[in-house]
Amino acid sequence: MTETSSALPPATGGGRERSLEDQRRRAAFWFLVPMLVMLFCVAAWPLLRSIYFSFTDTTLDNLYGGKWIGFDNYLYRRELSSGRVLWRGTLADADWWNAVWNTVRFSIISVSIETVLGLLVALVLNARFVGRGIVRAAILIPWAIPTIVSARMWGLMFNDQFGIINDMLLKLGLIDHKIAWTANIDTAMIAVLIVDIWKTTPFMALLCLAGLQMIPRDIYEAAKVDGVNPVKVFFRVTLPLVRPALMVAVIFRMLDALRIFDLIYVLTPNSAATKTMSIISRENMIDFNKFAYGSAQSTLLFTIIALFVILYIWLGRVDLGGKDAR
Amino acid sequence: MVKRLNRLAYFAAGGALFASLAVPASAVEVTIVSGDTGTAVQNFKDLVKPWEDETGNTAKIVPMPSSTTDQFGQYRLWLAAGNADVDLYQTDVIWAPQLADHFVDLSDAAKDVIDDYFPSIIQSQTVDGKLVAMPIFTDAPALYYRKDLLDKYGKEPPKTWTELAETAKEIQDGERADGNADMWGYVWQGNAYEGLTCDALEWVKSYGGGQIVEPDGTISINNPKAAAAVEEAASWINTISPEGVLAYMEEEARGVWQTGNAVFMRNWPYAYALGNDDSSPIKGEFDVTTLPAGPDGGSPAATLGGWNVAVSKYSKHQEAAVSLAMYLAGPEAQKERALKQTNLPTLVALYDDPEIAEQQPIIPRWKEVFLNAVPRPSAPTKGKYNEVSSLFWSAVHNTLAGDGTAAENLEILEIDLEDLKGSGW
Repeated sequence: MTETSSALPPATGGGRERSLEDQRRRAAFWFLVPMLVMLFCVAAWPLLRSIYFSFTDTTLDNLYGGKWIGFDNYLYRRELSSGRVLWRGTLADADWWNAVWNTVRFSIISVSIETVLGLLVALVLNARFVGRGIVRAAILIPWAIPTIVSARMWGLMFNDQFGIINDMLLKLGLIDHKIAWTANIDTAMIAVLIVDIWKTTPFMALLCLAGLQMIPRDIYEAAKVDGVNPVKVFFRVTLPLVRPALMVAVIFRMLDALRIFDLIYVLTPNSAATKTMSIISRENMIDFNKFAYGSAQSTLLFTIIALFVILYIWLGRVDLGGKDAR
Repeated sequence: MVKRLNRLAYFAAGGALFASLAVPASAVEVTIVSGDTGTAVQNFKDLVKPWEDETGNTAKIVPMPSSTTDQFGQYRLWLAAGNADVDLYQTDVIWAPQLADHFVDLSDAAKDVIDDYFPSIIQSQTVDGKLVAMPIFTDAPALYYRKDLLDKYGKEPPKTWTELAETAKEIQDGERADGNADMWGYVWQGNAYEGLTCDALEWVKSYGGGQIVEPDGTISINNPKAAAAVEEAASWINTISPEGVLAYMEEEARGVWQTGNAVFMRNWPYAYALGNDDSSPIKGEFDVTTLPAGPDGGSPAATLGGWNVAVSKYSKHQEAAVSLAMYLAGPEAQKERALKQTNLPTLVALYDDPEIAEQQPIIPRWKEVFLNAVPRPSAPTKGKYNEVSSLFWSAVHNTLAGDGTAAENLEILEIDLEDLKGSGW
């Protein structure tokens, strides 16, 4: 046995090792193939197709008969016989820019508030107290309710005539007349934000809690022994250690928020104050039969989200591989 | 006897088209999608019972949101995908030109009975000689008013919008002083959707401001009369109408009205039967009249509405579906709907039906109203109608919400419509 193995030249042994490595790699590849095919079918293909549609004049009634028209859905210059020059296409569409502004505003405000609230909730849940399990489960309820249901439910609560929100605020003396929350252009966005924050804070809290639980307890014990005050502990110990988890949580939420659709579609349909990019692109694709134009808008939405994520990962040095978390 | 023959004619007509195929008559389930406003969906089972008994088939209803704008999006998506799960679509009067390609031509099935319907309605559902859908009821809105309250304050039903605002304000203030803090003068449909196009078209037309896009395709909306009409409507917000009307559709307005918290309401006739339901607090306390007129001898205007049934080209049970469509549009079903849901019939003869006249007096009175009703510009603007309507309701909604004056918004609307029109509709 020993003889045989020592007789083998070292190069051969290395070769066998390499071929084992190759074999494992090949096996891993074959295990991954079904998933890659699946991903291609459900993610890449629709995405590529929708990008392709955005360069054609496809309509919903005639999905396979569109002609290639280049960038006209994005921007093109038209000179009228009177000499007047018109810019057309999504990039010159005021409704589109209004939607972009709405989406960005919504995403930044909602994700900021959700992050702060989520962290606070997570800190509470991370403490040891009686009935913690029940409280942890209970706090997830808003996240568990389907968006369509919570949107309808809040729609009723926000109703100007018989809604409970107005009733409570009136009884508390905070307002002197009933507010039409979802109808008024000044409050429509606030209403949407309230519902979204209510719904998604638990999700943020859960991700933050997972981050908090990774922090070794002995750091806190050491801090306690040294008599460091709790505020300092939070900013010097907890926050830096929970940051990697928090950054990942924020990116998940941001991706979600930038493509928000259902909540707004149900709660404040067609209100210019809350129309987002995905709402306006659906409207063009389906209601107005301008499938290609809507595709151009969803392609832009995709580009904006992609740029945003790249920028965020780069600037925030987010560790998506999970190496720093340990 | 005549009635029976008539009924047979409808069934025969429905079957005739496909009789030549000689498919063995096996029982099938026919699926129909319909918006959910009022009690139509609850009543559906009873309504189709005779048809089910006669043919051995069953009919299933799939309820949709009550907003016609929401329904349209879903239907277009299904039809574009060639969905075979739905056999029949309940369609809005404005959809025919946009969806014609996806529906079966019903002219053969209907040829024996077509003269029984109002010609203008059949016309509205005919695209390039193809009968796209069978009309099951027509619609023209009414001004609902509380008889008891008008009597209490010694008022007459208003003839002009100005009168309406004055009466509404006086009664609203009086009732609030009497202890009903939730009282409002006038509720209507102000949400940004197709319904606002209907409401606003009535204001504009009654002021003599045209009908947005005229039948010959001219864009007429940017004029001082139209601006004055929209401006007047904007003055109602927070005075006689709650700010919430800006988010109201038909059912929200009816909610306020039927709990007894509104003096006037603009709504379609379906609200008549519901308001007189045994559970309604205002049962017998209200009546209807035509919508008010604009100033200086303007005349009242009512937007033509109405619903139809169309058979999907992609249906696997076309024969049964056509038969159901003919039944739903036939005299038996229309009468049932008229009695239970105050839906206005599309069959001329039913306006002289004594039973309908006795139980739902609004119906014979409404014949004149809808004969003079103003159509939305879906015919001249063809496939672009949805966008025209959306631009119009957005301009109006902005004005109502205090974002710009009517004159400013209509000026922009005109430019937008011109751009949309391009070289022609």
